Amino acid sequence: MDNDEKENKNLTRRTLLKGAALGLAGVALPLDRANASFWESFFQKHFREMNDAEIKKVISRLEKEYAEKYKKAITIGNEKPLPGVLFGYGLDLSRCIGCRRCVYACVDENNQSLDPQIHWITVLRFKKGEKWVSLEESEKYYNPETVPQEDYFYMPVQCQQCENPPCVKSCPTQATWKDPDGIVVIDYNWCIGCRYCMAACPYGARRFNWAAPNRPSEKINPNTHYLGNRPRYKGVVEKCTFCVQRTRSAQGRYPACVEACPVGARKFGNLLDPESEMRYLIKHKRVFRLKEDLNTNPKFYYFFAYGN
Amino acid sequence: MVQIIRNFFIALRQIAIGDKKYYAWLAFLSFFIALGVYSYIGQLNRGLIITAMRDQVSWGFYISNFTFLVGVAAAAVLLVIPAYIYNFKPIKEIVLFGELLAISAITMCILFIMVDMGQPMRVWHILPFIGTMNFPASLLAWDVVVLNGYLAINSIIAFYVLYRLSIGKEYKMSVIGPLIILSIPWAVSIHTVTAFLYNGLSARPFWNASILAPRFLASAFCSGPALMIVLFQIIRKLSEVEIENKAIFKIAELIAYAMAINLFLLGAEVFKEFYSGSIHAEPMKYLYFGLHGQNKLVPWIWFATVLNITAFILFLLPKTRENFTTLNMACVFVIIGVYIEKGMGLITPGFVPDTLGEVYEYTPTTPEILVAIGIWAIGAMLYTLLLKLAVPIYTGRVRFAAGRSEGLQGQEIKH
Repeated sequence: MDNDEKENKNLTRRTLLKGAALGLAGVALPLDRANASFWESFFQKHFREMNDAEIKKVISRLEKEYAEKYKKAITIGNEKPLPGVLFGYGLDLSRCIGCRRCVYACVDENNQSLDPQIHWITVLRFKKGEKWVSLEESEKYYNPETVPQEDYFYMPVQCQQCENPPCVKSCPTQATWKDPDGIVVIDYNWCIGCRYCMAACPYGARRFNWAAPNRPSEKINPNTHYLGNRPRYKGVVEKCTFCVQRTRSAQGRYPACVEACPVGARKFGNLLDPESEMRYLIKHKRVFRLKEDLNTNPKFYYFFAYGN
Repeated sequence: MVQIIRNFFIALRQIAIGDKKYYAWLAFLSFFIALGVYSYIGQLNRGLIITAMRDQVSWGFYISNFTFLVGVAAAAVLLVIPAYIYNFKPIKEIVLFGELLAISAITMCILFIMVDMGQPMRVWHILPFIGTMNFPASLLAWDVVVLNGYLAINSIIAFYVLYRLSIGKEYKMSVIGPLIILSIPWAVSIHTVTAFLYNGLSARPFWNASILAPRFLASAFCSGPALMIVLFQIIRKLSEVEIENKAIFKIAELIAYAMAINLFLLGAEVFKEFYSGSIHAEPMKYLYFGLHGQNKLVPWIWFATVLNITAFILFLLPKTRENFTTLNMACVFVIIGVYIEKGMGLITPGFVPDTLGEVYEYTPTTPEILVAIGIWAIGAMLYTLLLKLAVPIYTGRVRFAAGRSEGLQGQEIKH
């Protein structure tokens, strides 16, 4: 016990010096929180530079921190991308009714902050007959009694999981990257909050925690993934991960938005599997991708299952 | 060793001891620094939500100030080129003060980036070797390299020259010559890389125009030297430093050319956007005329345009350029004009309308403005302290002891 304490003190002193050397002296160091956990988290390595044992250690520390904060057990998974899988998403614009159940299913699944409110999905509304591909006439804020409305149609937008993601290219710290299954993920412990990725994203898919995320403990989904829906921090960026905690799990579940859609407008599958629903719809339906002129090569396909 | 410590105390004394005006000025700056620090602590506690930035407009006043100041820092090169390459004597003698300004401006740039970060404690993640710098893919990584490199180059040059002068010797061009040559493309690079930072984003049509980097440089060569003209007049009034009118008028002439290019490039851009009239003109429409009833930037940008054109005429005509009343007017006009145009006028329309077509109007909040003022005050204080040390060394009033101690004197200058 004594030894441990000594160890911690030494660590603190050493790290303090290192911190000062890094030019952080100007930033008020939270000395009152100068415990091992704080400095461990401060010196935590980049996710992809850690070996399995180190990741395990980090995850158990984070689970402890979350348990303390939310007074309940939260598990953090680290399922790796499955070989031979490249996830793709389909959205049937002829079916979407603008109910936005997907938006809130996503919030509940992925532990987004309720205050300030963070949504990963934006359902744009367009007046029929107006120009719409440029998105300039879109509306984000509308609250009708019932949907769908006669004169409108809807287009949900979320992270398009680009094959050529501008956000990944722009990130100065490599805190965001594209995994082999095509999902663009963020290490919330590595993001410095510079928001260059948000400037780079052509789809408005990235969200910033302008304040400390606020979500009551009873509303926390305890089944999380390190790169997905685990609780986030103030000052970091987050985004849709195709529900990495579900889609990479052994059961292979659909993303929450796919399950929540009452009209079956949302499709999901493996683009590398010739028998998948995604491959079928790309082959047989009229598909397009958003802002294709930017060459981001999204894996998010909009299509029209039937004319209307 | 003893020598170094002794010299350090001479320098320290030189900075610490001044007259009433000096202390009053430092107290004035300290007041605003304190306000800024207070606001920043609030931001550290509550997050960037205390600013008006949101997901739609994710960069604002901080990054605007950063962009303007990169231009000021880069402009030091404008003085270096004629001074060393063409050996234009009157300017050569004042290059030192330009370089000290560059050091202060870069320091402010770095501070503006720091306060804009959501997780400032993690700044080490961006460093090479210790962190995982995304070099060469990310332009922000490039910016870290060039800005810190520029700070280092200018610091080395300025302090070497000061050191040599302080021991009563002429500095050796063989030592800093290569660094001075290097600093010229480097100054161009800091502003080019900063322009590319925005320029490279295909998601933002307002920035994604190849004219952006040339426009950045042209406007930097207006505002930076204009600021220097004002500062030089203050320096020469408050100290014994002699700065020839010839040098000041030469710089003013250079500003006229830079402003001509700046206005031409602006015209080219305005023509392309409005004549072709594609939806990519929306941000520019927002900037100059307002969009969907949101038009808070409109009066500002027209104000800046009028200031820039007026200043251009004042700089262009030898009569007004060589009259200190009109010259100073023109300088102030250019500084304000470029500050608006290269600051908020450049950053905000990049985000309006946002990538999904929403028009979110951004106006900085009071805490945000206080933090920015605090950083400006820190920059002003740094420049003041640097000058307090550099000026008497430059005029020969303060001499360090070199080698065997000879003639040790740490005299203070009279204002």
